[in-house]
Amino acid sequence: MTNTSSGVPAIEIAGLDKSFGAVKALDGLDLTVPTGEVAGFLGPNGAGKSTTIRVLLGLLRSDAGTARMFGRDVWRDAVELHKHITYVPGDVSLWPNLTGGECIDYLTRLRGAADKKALRVRKAELLERFELDPRKKARTYSKGNRQKVALVAAFLSDAELYILDEPTAGLDPLMESVFTDYVREAKADGRSVLLSSHILSEVEKVCDTVTIIRNGTAVEHGTLDELRHLTRSNVTAVVGKDPAALAGLRAVNDLQVKAHDGGTRVTFDADNAGIADVLDAVTALGVHSITVTPPSLEELFMRHYGDVIEADEAAADDVAGDGAPSGRAARKAARQAAKKAGVR
Amino acid sequence: MSAVAPGRGAPTVAVPSFGSTLEGTGRLIRFILRRDRARIFWWTFSIVFFYAYFMVALDALGAEALVGRALLMESPSGIVMGGPGYGLDAYTPERAVANEGITWFVLALGVMSVLHMVRHTRSEEESGRSELVRANPVGRHAPAVASVVTLVLVNAVIAVLSAMTLIGIGGEYVTFADSFAITSGVACASMVFGLVGLVFAQLTVSGRGAVGLGMVVLGLGFVVRAVGDVAETGGSTLSWFSPFAWAQQMRPFVDLIWWPILLSAGSIAILLLVASVLGSRRDFGGGLLPDRIGPATATASLRGPIALAWRQQRFALLVVTAFFAAMWLGVGTMLPTIGEMVGSLIESNPQFGAVFGDPGDPSGFLGLVMLEGVLFVGAYAIVMGARPKAEENAGRAEIALARPVSRTRWFGAHILVTGIGVVIAVAVPILAVWVGAVAVGFDRQSFGDYALVAATYVPSALCYLGFTVALYGWFPRATGLGWLLLVYGFVIGLFGSLIQDLPEAANYINPIYWVPGVFETPDLGEWLGVAVVALGLCVLGMIGFRRRDIPAV
Repeated sequence: MTNTSSGVPAIEIAGLDKSFGAVKALDGLDLTVPTGEVAGFLGPNGAGKSTTIRVLLGLLRSDAGTARMFGRDVWRDAVELHKHITYVPGDVSLWPNLTGGECIDYLTRLRGAADKKALRVRKAELLERFELDPRKKARTYSKGNRQKVALVAAFLSDAELYILDEPTAGLDPLMESVFTDYVREAKADGRSVLLSSHILSEVEKVCDTVTIIRNGTAVEHGTLDELRHLTRSNVTAVVGKDPAALAGLRAVNDLQVKAHDGGTRVTFDADNAGIADVLDAVTALGVHSITVTPPSLEELFMRHYGDVIEADEAAADDVAGDGAPSGRAARKAARQAAKKAGVR
Repeated sequence: MSAVAPGRGAPTVAVPSFGSTLEGTGRLIRFILRRDRARIFWWTFSIVFFYAYFMVALDALGAEALVGRALLMESPSGIVMGGPGYGLDAYTPERAVANEGITWFVLALGVMSVLHMVRHTRSEEESGRSELVRANPVGRHAPAVASVVTLVLVNAVIAVLSAMTLIGIGGEYVTFADSFAITSGVACASMVFGLVGLVFAQLTVSGRGAVGLGMVVLGLGFVVRAVGDVAETGGSTLSWFSPFAWAQQMRPFVDLIWWPILLSAGSIAILLLVASVLGSRRDFGGGLLPDRIGPATATASLRGPIALAWRQQRFALLVVTAFFAAMWLGVGTMLPTIGEMVGSLIESNPQFGAVFGDPGDPSGFLGLVMLEGVLFVGAYAIVMGARPKAEENAGRAEIALARPVSRTRWFGAHILVTGIGVVIAVAVPILAVWVGAVAVGFDRQSFGDYALVAATYVPSALCYLGFTVALYGWFPRATGLGWLLLVYGFVIGLFGSLIQDLPEAANYINPIYWVPGVFETPDLGEWLGVAVVALGLCVLGMIGFRRRDIPAV
């Protein structure tokens, strides 16, 4: 499989649909993870992250669209593909009567032949790094310890692709950093990773790209810098002239004006896309001091999820009122409307 | 117990009131009744229905047939499948209900009681749900007490409704006291088993373990009563060690005495005490045995799904097989005695010749015993056949299937291991009969004869597995319907003869129907046919399993 790195993406999903009865879990999802890339997979609860991952694992059957790993169909070639991937679920359930060490060995052996001595050495190292006692029965493990068992089994495998579904849920910060170390190591070896997570600092630390999904559709994809560009920075400045002109700028939001020693203090959020205009405008006012704070990741996502919700609603209103919807959410709304019409 | 209610409009700082360990019991009782309302309804409905059906059907038989039935009930097999034999000299429908019905009603309600107690105590703790509940002002003993109270309520409702049904259907001889004696005796005996379940729930860490041990005690109660009663009409001393006998020895409709119910009541009190002492000593979620440290590496044999399935099933298989093997070894040693008993029965009443054949030949009796055993193995097959569902629901199927393991290999491993288990659970006890018989010098049949008997039972027993596997493969949420096949065979076997004009075809879907009599030459075609059906059902289940979503929604 090492020869697959020449151009074939590790994961390639296009137009994926999956419904559970009346509930549409995935709705035309697109997602590509090139080989050697660590891809973050984000979205609110119920957005369809785990469903996507289960489709990739050949556990769920998609209704429409294609899902491929290393160029091969995830349903038809599931067993063959699973020789080259490894998976950590967000809520690990183990065989209660086996010890943690037995669970790890069993899962490792399901992958088939391997260099036993190397495995033993690496297992010992992983157990030590993750501070896991392998002699305890799985039923006595806490959630964090069950998670460690799955992580040890995953990093013990020589997989080309790691599929990790909220793998650090329940781990303490120390263990989380051990985890990120191993992800970085995997990346350095040229392995690919799909990391679904709510822990944004973790995503920021290890991911090359981020895909955000909502309601089963990818709503944003790009590097973290690109995503930051789409959001707002907080600007605080003390200016000499009357700042009323700022209020007229499209890129300026939540403008607050307050008298300040020898000038006026303005505080506002600026759309990063229009930051150049904003800075020009501010400069024209005679700047005494200025601070620009980029959005924290958390703000970024809070705002992003929020934006999408607002935009969805706005788009729905637009469509209903025959207005001229614009933007991503509107496209989605239009597509949904078209589908509904098609059904009728 | 609760805080003093503050006066209206007068905000006072609540003084913490420290409730007892029973705080919240009332709320839990309401919650249990709410959660189980459908379950309680169906249990009540089924039991009351069977009381009614039994009465009506036996009445429809007529006096002459009842005399014949009474004779049948004097035989060892009649005693094992029926009761101690009170009132056989003047058999009436209500006496038949008392003599034959109590055994089955105690068995059914015993199962219900064990499941009820474990479900609301240990299983809740195991799942972590109890932790959520107990974090609220709910006392340490409240869940157990609420389970006991609801168990008493359910049994009481069933007892009252069943007694009213008997009185309503029966004629002038069906008195109020006798009817209530039957149903309250059954209720108390079933609660004894429920409380045994509660005691085990304090000892084991898993709900399944507690249920398993409870069922073993229930089975022991059944066997002890049967063996004790076979030894002596009306029951021997041995019979009195079984809660089944405590209900039967009240002799309703014959010579009603009330004091045996005190044995049940006393046992319930003692078991309650034991459970509360054990419950007070243990930690939440813990058993009484500390968790031991296990191996850090798996043995070389734990290589694949088959090895793991074997590891998951071997203990249950050992228990089931050892239990029946021990019991049937005993049956084997009794064969000469039973043969004599059958002989003397036929002597006293030639009618019996038709049922039991040759005097001194216990095959007829053996057939009934083995039939019962095979039904138990069928239950084993259904429980184990549904294990993949538990694996899937817990998410363990997912982590195995995310490795390079095909669905065929994973599911096939479970089917194969269960199938082999079924063969062992059928064959070993049957061969144990031979060992027992040979040990006492009863050698009318050879090892080969017994091996052939085992072989005739295997395909039918595997049908139960196949049916459950097929259901799980296609309709995982309906896996539990696998029990229907067993219940169907049971009802047909027990009541089939009471239904007039039962079409022959109704028997065809009962796997047991195709089993020839013990030591009769099997029809190879039929044997193969049943085997093909069992295998076909497994293949069908596999096809469904390969196509569907995991986990299924």
